[in-house]
Amino acid sequence: MTPWQTFKDHISEYRLINGRLIFAGVFSALLFSAVMVRLVILQVYEHEHFEALSNRNRISIEPLPPQRGLIFDRNGVILAENVPTFSLEVVPEKVVDMEATLALLTTLLNLTEEDISRFRERLRQHRRFEEVTLRLRLTEDEVARFAVHRHRLPGVEVVGRLIRHYPQGHLFAHSVGYVGRINEREMQIINRQNYKGTLHIGKTGIEKQYEDLLHGTVGYRHVETNVQGRIVRELQSVPAESGQDLYLHLDINLQRAAAEALTDYNGSVVVLDPRNGGILAMVSKPDFDPNLFISGISNRDYAELRDSHDRPLYDRALRGRYPPGSTLKPFVGLAGLEMGVVNEQSRTFCPGWYSLPGHTHRYRCWRHQGHGQMNFSSAMAQSCDVYYYDLSNNLGIDRLHQFLDLFRFGQRTGIDIPGENTGLSPSREWKRAFHNEPWYPGETLISGIGQGFNQMTPIQLAHATAILAMRGMGMTPQVLRASRMPGSDRLQLRAALPEEPVPVVSSRNWEATVESMIEVVHGQRGTARQIGVDLPFEIAGKTGTAQVFSLGQDEEYDAETLDRRLHDHALFVAFAPADNPEIALAIIVENGGSGSSVAAPIARKLIDVHFGLQKEPEIEVDDIEQ
Amino acid sequence: MILSSESRRGQPLSFGGWLRTIHIDGPLLLGLLILMGVSLLVLYSAGGQETGLLVRQMIRMAAALLVMVAIAQINPERMRSWAPGVFLVGLALLVAVLIFGIVGKGAQRWLDLGFFRFQPSEIMKLAVPILVAAYIAERPLPPSFFRMLVALVMIAIPTLLIAKQPDLGTAMLIATSGLIVIFLAGISWKIIISFLALASAAAPVLWYLMHDYQRRRVLTFMNPESDPLGAGYHIIQSKIAIGSGGLTGRGWLQGTQSHLEFLPERSTDFIFAVIAEEFGLLGVGMLLALYLLITARGLYIAGQAQTTFARLLAGSIALTFLVYVFVNVGMVTGLLPVVGVPLPLISYGGTSMVTLLAGFGILMSVHTHRRMMSP
Repeated sequence: MTPWQTFKDHISEYRLINGRLIFAGVFSALLFSAVMVRLVILQVYEHEHFEALSNRNRISIEPLPPQRGLIFDRNGVILAENVPTFSLEVVPEKVVDMEATLALLTTLLNLTEEDISRFRERLRQHRRFEEVTLRLRLTEDEVARFAVHRHRLPGVEVVGRLIRHYPQGHLFAHSVGYVGRINEREMQIINRQNYKGTLHIGKTGIEKQYEDLLHGTVGYRHVETNVQGRIVRELQSVPAESGQDLYLHLDINLQRAAAEALTDYNGSVVVLDPRNGGILAMVSKPDFDPNLFISGISNRDYAELRDSHDRPLYDRALRGRYPPGSTLKPFVGLAGLEMGVVNEQSRTFCPGWYSLPGHTHRYRCWRHQGHGQMNFSSAMAQSCDVYYYDLSNNLGIDRLHQFLDLFRFGQRTGIDIPGENTGLSPSREWKRAFHNEPWYPGETLISGIGQGFNQMTPIQLAHATAILAMRGMGMTPQVLRASRMPGSDRLQLRAALPEEPVPVVSSRNWEATVESMIEVVHGQRGTARQIGVDLPFEIAGKTGTAQVFSLGQDEEYDAETLDRRLHDHALFVAFAPADNPEIALAIIVENGGSGSSVAAPIARKLIDVHFGLQKEPEIEVDDIEQ
Repeated sequence: MILSSESRRGQPLSFGGWLRTIHIDGPLLLGLLILMGVSLLVLYSAGGQETGLLVRQMIRMAAALLVMVAIAQINPERMRSWAPGVFLVGLALLVAVLIFGIVGKGAQRWLDLGFFRFQPSEIMKLAVPILVAAYIAERPLPPSFFRMLVALVMIAIPTLLIAKQPDLGTAMLIATSGLIVIFLAGISWKIIISFLALASAAAPVLWYLMHDYQRRRVLTFMNPESDPLGAGYHIIQSKIAIGSGGLTGRGWLQGTQSHLEFLPERSTDFIFAVIAEEFGLLGVGMLLALYLLITARGLYIAGQAQTTFARLLAGSIALTFLVYVFVNVGMVTGLLPVVGVPLPLISYGGTSMVTLLAGFGILMSVHTHRRMMSP
């Protein structure tokens, strides 16, 4: 072919293709015209027919919200239940005059400004044909008043609903937690489909942690409705599947005893079963009534709780950071034995103070006149500070910190309740990172008696005590003991979660430490000897008194003249029976003064309740689920 | 010399001229961006006013646009040379999927299969027209009967493999894109008509080969009212939504049919019904006009292309795009049976959008890599 011929071929090829392109273009335009004709038929000629189908006889899908699972304590006493209530619901689309309707309802039912403004807010979040709750928990009186005026209130209806209720009120406010209205942030996280028709979601505690188990699966029914929105018939339905019932390790008797034993002190008690990590009681005082949060707490009530100096909303058991004081000594002592810094026979002389070699600063023992010759056992029993100053100084902060890590100080225990604090177990690296300062040897002494930078949460202290009780075999604390599928009568027990055992050079060191703690309670000079009487077994314990207010070098602590908020915190950790532990506990009484006189007696009360050593008022029979 | 006319004249580049230097076609880009804007507007309503959904869609759009820009940089001649390799890799993947699909029919079938199913068939959506166009453009047009048969085999192999997955909608669209190339290449009308006759004769055979669910779709298409709560549900509800929209629609966010949640797949395959309900005949008319304008620009680009290969390819891509729209809208309005084809660039979802914009990338590349002809 000549170049000219090739070029001519191109020209004819392009003509061919362009012809086809134009044909295809025209053909496409025709196809689209067909579509437009179809649309005109549907949207113009048959518009009224379809609009009627759409508006007057619409099939709607109604969600059937699942029943939230119940929560029981270990005895089967109900801690969270669902009670039927009446609520006022508004479908905006069907309301003729919203302002007039709200005005009439306000006079009828004494709605507050707050009720109205919240309703308006919710109104914005829902579509016009969706039910919006105006007011939960109507009284029967209010329902009756509404019924009389109903004909003047199109689009407003009284609907029966199941609402969460906490029959034990304050008692489990922090551990079981509470549910509240689903907020916008939660809206982003949840599976919206599954929460259709559900108003509440777990906000704190067990209610939040096990939301997935408790909530269940939403059901649906397809219904045909008439002009007024009344259901004409049900076409098809898928029932909702209730959430699972939860059975907790918590024991209401122990919980109540712990809350009562704290009297009007602020503080926290954690009792657990060291064999499986089950939380038997967990109290944080002051507390609050979780029922306030369900139907929407008023701003004033909330502000009062939030701004209270005593911080009742704050879960001290998991978040409160306290210096452990002398309750840290069993762990420091064990570190000393393990690292060979002391042994059971070695002695230290306590003149009432201790100075670092080459320094004049005197670190005082709590007993100013001194304890004299101290060994491992007597130093624990009498909580001699000088013995522990010397031990810590020889141990050094690095080894001490490393050993305390094994007991999970400064780490979350992993309890199945959200919001746990890590506390703080200080180290050379931590101080460099957060204060940009070197570690001073004097700080090792202070750390060794549980003061200074040390901050532990009550759950950490109880958990570490449980590890000690089990001679190193720790179990992750758990509140949930078992769950039950809806319709089933079999409990699915949760497995205990064993932790990495604490490795020791000699198992004798465990016994030496435990024996010294038995001395605290049962020894002649033990700091908690007043609780060691009339017992069929031995308790191992340790008192602690943590300074809130630091005193100058030679000042005296005078409880009479100090503000109560500056009084020392009273602490006690213990487990019993010492040789075969069934419970371990940690008690912190804020500004309680002395561990031995305030905290230790609480522990004894709880041990008595747990082992049935003392006649306690029994719970009413009708509280117990069959 | 590869120079754009503007810079040759030594004048400062206009915005359009600048776009051209980065191989982007202004009018096409504008049309696509408007479509995407409409998509976000409608998805906000159809998806229950959930911003998370919008954000995910925007991320996909951005990714797809990047793919488009990247592909627009590749010279069409290079695409031609890559065509056989890409096609063979795609085929190998399709075969792998079929084998894998047999093994993986457990509970996780959707997840695993979904990931694998999509990729090779999406590659084929572009690889088939490129390969067929490259093959046919090797010799002068119109193609010989033998060449046409070979091209048909090239189309049939991936189509059958994908139909076997089974993904009838995608298989059909891939076959269409290839057949359009053959049509544009100018095979005689006689052949076209005899093939059409043959195809209608083969319909009973096809019926025999179809899966149960596919037969059911065809049957319900014939008479949707026969099964109002089962297979006909989609079509009935979709028609009610469209019809109740009327001339001007119920207004944005006001569509009760879609928001009452019985219009199924309202963010994906049936999103056209939401638009029709909320914006009425005027709204969907403007949308369809926009689709036609974009296609017209594509056809113009095909007409202006300088090689036979580029013309065939560009024409096929532009027309296939319109077929997508037609199949989806036809399905939603009850003109065509229900096959799972999304409304291009409007429906929620990512994979098909990337492929579509890659196709527009090719169109832009064809248009902006033209050499100035010597006079």
